[in-house]
Amino acid sequence: MTTEKTAGKVWVFGDDIDTDALAPGLYMKGPLEELASHCLKAIDPNFAATVQHGDVVVAGVNFGIGSSREQAVEALKYLGVRTLVAKSFGGIFFRNALNFGMVAVVSADVDRISPGDRITVDAASGTIENLSKNETYTCEILPPQLLAMVRDGGLVEHLEKKRAQAQLKDAGQ
Amino acid sequence: MGRTLAEKIIARAAGRETVSPGEIVTCTVDLAMMHDSGGPRRVKPILERLAATVWDSDKVIVVSDHYVPAVDAESAAILDLTRKWTADNGIRNFYDMQGICHVVLPERGHLRPGMFVVGGDSHSPTGGAFGCFMFGVGATDMAGVLVTGETWIRVPGTIRIDIHGALADGVSAKDIILHLCARLGMGGAGYQAVQYTGDTISTLAMQERMTLSNMAAELGAQTGLIAPDETTTAYIRKAGGDPGDAANWQSDDDASYLATHRVEADKLAPYVAAPHSPANSAPVNEHAGVAVQQAYIGACTGAKLDDLHMAARVLKGRLVARGTRLLIAPASTRTTATAAADGTLAILTEAGAILMPSGCGACAGYGAGILADGEVCISSTARNFKGRMGSSSSKVYLGSPYTVAASAVAGRIADPRDLLESNAR
Repeated sequence: MTTEKTAGKVWVFGDDIDTDALAPGLYMKGPLEELASHCLKAIDPNFAATVQHGDVVVAGVNFGIGSSREQAVEALKYLGVRTLVAKSFGGIFFRNALNFGMVAVVSADVDRISPGDRITVDAASGTIENLSKNETYTCEILPPQLLAMVRDGGLVEHLEKKRAQAQLKDAGQ
Repeated sequence: MGRTLAEKIIARAAGRETVSPGEIVTCTVDLAMMHDSGGPRRVKPILERLAATVWDSDKVIVVSDHYVPAVDAESAAILDLTRKWTADNGIRNFYDMQGICHVVLPERGHLRPGMFVVGGDSHSPTGGAFGCFMFGVGATDMAGVLVTGETWIRVPGTIRIDIHGALADGVSAKDIILHLCARLGMGGAGYQAVQYTGDTISTLAMQERMTLSNMAAELGAQTGLIAPDETTTAYIRKAGGDPGDAANWQSDDDASYLATHRVEADKLAPYVAAPHSPANSAPVNEHAGVAVQQAYIGACTGAKLDDLHMAARVLKGRLVARGTRLLIAPASTRTTATAAADGTLAILTEAGAILMPSGCGACAGYGAGILADGEVCISSTARNFKGRMGSSSSKVYLGSPYTVAASAVAGRIADPRDLLESNAR
């Protein structure tokens, strides 16, 4: 299960990485495995093949701008990415990321993070620790309501939990 | 202190007297719209996993527009699933291959000022043209709405875009929004609400207003509002809808805005966005002369009836250049029917345009009309991201229907005002 504090090796991308780069329209009707193999191919042809479970994607402004297709998030998650740090996110992409239980945080200190750095991201306290450079940065805190959903693993898991709690309450009455 | 239109709608949907920008509130959803790509095929497994049913089937609208008509086994299966799911779930408002969702919704009278609407597509801000707080969500968010009838929102501030002056002939709403994309930058609105105001807006027809609201998405706004007026209520009544208490859904005079940007519309030239971002926009003369192999008039942004009328004014009595193909995909079947009845389609096809089915088509690379390696296209659509319309080495320029039509005639990017002036002579 995802927690709000995650660590991993960094991949750095620039500004305006759009949803067509993350989930190309040509592969949208096929299986997720195939779509994910084309994730970010237009920007970095090696990314999908070499990204490791737990790696962190760090980007500039407008990461995930464009379409509402949540496969843009799902492809990254399929490839093992659980944490995203950007100067800003596309609004719909940000919601989608949290819905999939991803830790997505906004930070102005992105430029201090280099490819291959190992970082931890704590969305509850709003801190990023760069273990490779021994530096600490700040990021925006995820509000408690949204953090609770991320902690549960995403919106579907969050709703499942709420339903189970409601059923328990009903049974107890 | 006065309240913005966005704050008024969100407060009403949240059951609150007032809301403040930045706070997170839970809102009751008045209407949920989804299409074949992000809709049933994505929400069905989630609803099954939660053992849940749709909270209110009369508040759900499904439109098949992305994979229409089916071109292979996968797209046929997606459409089949869409049809079966809507039938199984009692969704009466299902528009199968009738056009693009953002155009079909108002065309069939579903939007009423003051509504809080979620759409499973990023161009959902189009509904803002009708004074609805309508915004795009992903499929999991949509599933949450279908189960609970609610969703969360961080209350946005409002950026006012105040537009004044009469547009010159050959200049349209598309040129205003491309100009704004260049000025504010893609994502420049930072997921706040945008509200368009000013005397130019008052004179614009609904479909032109829809173009401005539609591409609020490219500004990075959550929605692109226009307060309802007589033009709005007349459109809604004609579509068989109920404008409700439209007069109440206005920003207060003393409402506070995050920023106000003024646009002198009378000074605007046609704008063209160069690859690969709508923000790479500049007056058409900066790109004039670039050879185009394809000209595309399509999508929710650029193939409504008013858009086809613009193209027809340029194409009447002219021919598409050799070596250039002009593809036109009217935004809805009603658009096609009306354009056939009023003579527009005859003008377009006599000029050599190729008529395509109504749907999202080539815009997002889903349908027919995608580009080969190195090809150049000028398009009336909203996005020109790298590889979006086909090959990742293709190049897409964005312009108004006037500009796309003029470029099709010239075989290269061209200023439509020259052709419109020679019409007048």
